[in-house]
Amino acid sequence: MKIAVAIKQVPAKDAPLRIADSGDWIRETDIGFEMNEPDSFALEEALRLKEKHGGEVVALSMGPERTKQTIKEALAKGADRAIHVADDKFYLLDPLGSAESLAAAIEKEKFDLILTGLQSDDHGFGQTGVLLAELLGLPHATLIMQIEVQDGRMRLKRELEAGWFQWVELPLPAVLTIQSGINKVRYATLKGIMAAKKKEIATIPRVSLAGHEPTQHVERIYVPQKTKKTEFITGTPKEAASKLLEKLRHEARVL
Amino acid sequence: MNILVITEPAAAGEGKWNPASFETLVAAQQMAAQTSGRLAAVVIGKGVRALADELAAYKLDEVLLAEHDLLEHYTPDGFTIALRQVVGQAKPDLVLLPHTYQVRDFAPKLAASLGKGMIGDCIGYRHENGRLVFVRQMFQGKTAADVTFAGAAPWFASLQAGAFRADQGARGASPAPITAVAVDLKQEQIRTTPLELFREAKQAVDLTQAPILVSIGRGIKAPENIPMAENLAKLLGGELAASRPICDEGWLPMDRQIGSSGQTVAPKLYLALGISGAIQHVVGMKGARTIVAINKDANAPIFEVADYGIVGDIFELIPALTEALEKK
Repeated sequence: MKIAVAIKQVPAKDAPLRIADSGDWIRETDIGFEMNEPDSFALEEALRLKEKHGGEVVALSMGPERTKQTIKEALAKGADRAIHVADDKFYLLDPLGSAESLAAAIEKEKFDLILTGLQSDDHGFGQTGVLLAELLGLPHATLIMQIEVQDGRMRLKRELEAGWFQWVELPLPAVLTIQSGINKVRYATLKGIMAAKKKEIATIPRVSLAGHEPTQHVERIYVPQKTKKTEFITGTPKEAASKLLEKLRHEARVL
Repeated sequence: MNILVITEPAAAGEGKWNPASFETLVAAQQMAAQTSGRLAAVVIGKGVRALADELAAYKLDEVLLAEHDLLEHYTPDGFTIALRQVVGQAKPDLVLLPHTYQVRDFAPKLAASLGKGMIGDCIGYRHENGRLVFVRQMFQGKTAADVTFAGAAPWFASLQAGAFRADQGARGASPAPITAVAVDLKQEQIRTTPLELFREAKQAVDLTQAPILVSIGRGIKAPENIPMAENLAKLLGGELAASRPICDEGWLPMDRQIGSSGQTVAPKLYLALGISGAIQHVVGMKGARTIVAINKDANAPIFEVADYGIVGDIFELIPALTEALEKK
């Protein structure tokens, strides 16, 4: 199977975020970046499918130069090669614009399967996988918890709401978005890190598949106003604990 | 502004709604009133006439009924093709949807198939200078963003569960007319074969009934640390719950999970230990009467919804709380 995995590099989970002066993105200086966690599950699933069925895993990522660090991590974990869609202003793209740029980068390659995470931890649009399928004319399924491939078809376990699941069948080629927690993500080994140095990263400029005009515009990003007044309790752990219990008993009256 | 609401029958319950449908209807009623627009809502499926009748009791101008044998079970192709015909007939400026798992699966495709975009997972909107500004979260709730549509209508937006109150839906003076939409759909257009719906092993615990929940997140760090939180829950007379990553790791069973993919709870006390407060978690617990958050990161979004907050190390505070409770 020839598998593409769309992965995004996002600010590290514990990165202190400050809004950029432009008001449309965050200040990228002084913060760390990491592979978008939902995408790491998609990458792991791609690697497992390759181990089972043979083929090739191609990591696909869009972003500025720093994105290569995440691409290298994917290569170190076992992806065979990578496509880097270079764009310093990727964050200004709307979901359709992002998907069109990714679609343009892979449409000629004829992948059997395209995987991605269910959403990114930065924009959180959660639309890329579904849009890639629509733009490439492929069927899709989202929130996948299990993949079984046989005779050019897939049997997939989808997560629905409120504890429900569903099995669906889909022909190949197709696009799947992977639900977080589907697998245990591997770490890169030292051998993998060394091997990654010889693997190909094709950096290409961003072009749009159909060239739609932007459908939406982020006017500004801001720290949300609190809707609730939080009372912060301070002191040593012992003091804070007894103050909290006091408040829960006599002020909130929930104990 | 003419608005079309796409409602959603419950995935597994016959004749039942996904309740988020009515939250979206409430938002749409407000927007239609503010923009002096027409409001229609569509019910899609097979054998869903009774749902359309129920919907017609609400204050709206028209209920559209899109029924077809091939819409009995949800498929992204079937729903997209049918709803594109509904949108073509209703000619809305704005299509509003609840941000459910099903909507995430088809709505971006529906919008893109018309060359349009969707602003997804909105938590609110403002009506400003004759236009709608949608508010959505970014960076896992650490920031908000004001987003507006560009280009020509129709525009698509989905609303986060809990962003609007379903019980505030205005009733109409008389039932709204129900119009059947002729759906042209063929089996060969549908590439997905939907198979059986099922639940995993029976739920061992019903967290929705627990008056007190002690909930753990990534901050718990390792499964060896869970018993101390469990013990604290026991001392408080509550149950242990968790955010998604803990259940994904297999440290606790899925029936302990709170959030959009787990349970939605409203206990009298919710104690969040080492939970950052990603949107997906918060939608499942923000209805709690009193929320306490303990987290080492003072900027964690969980503090946005907390009544009481302690910025500190849960490995110091859990023992301190335990000791104080044991003394009593």
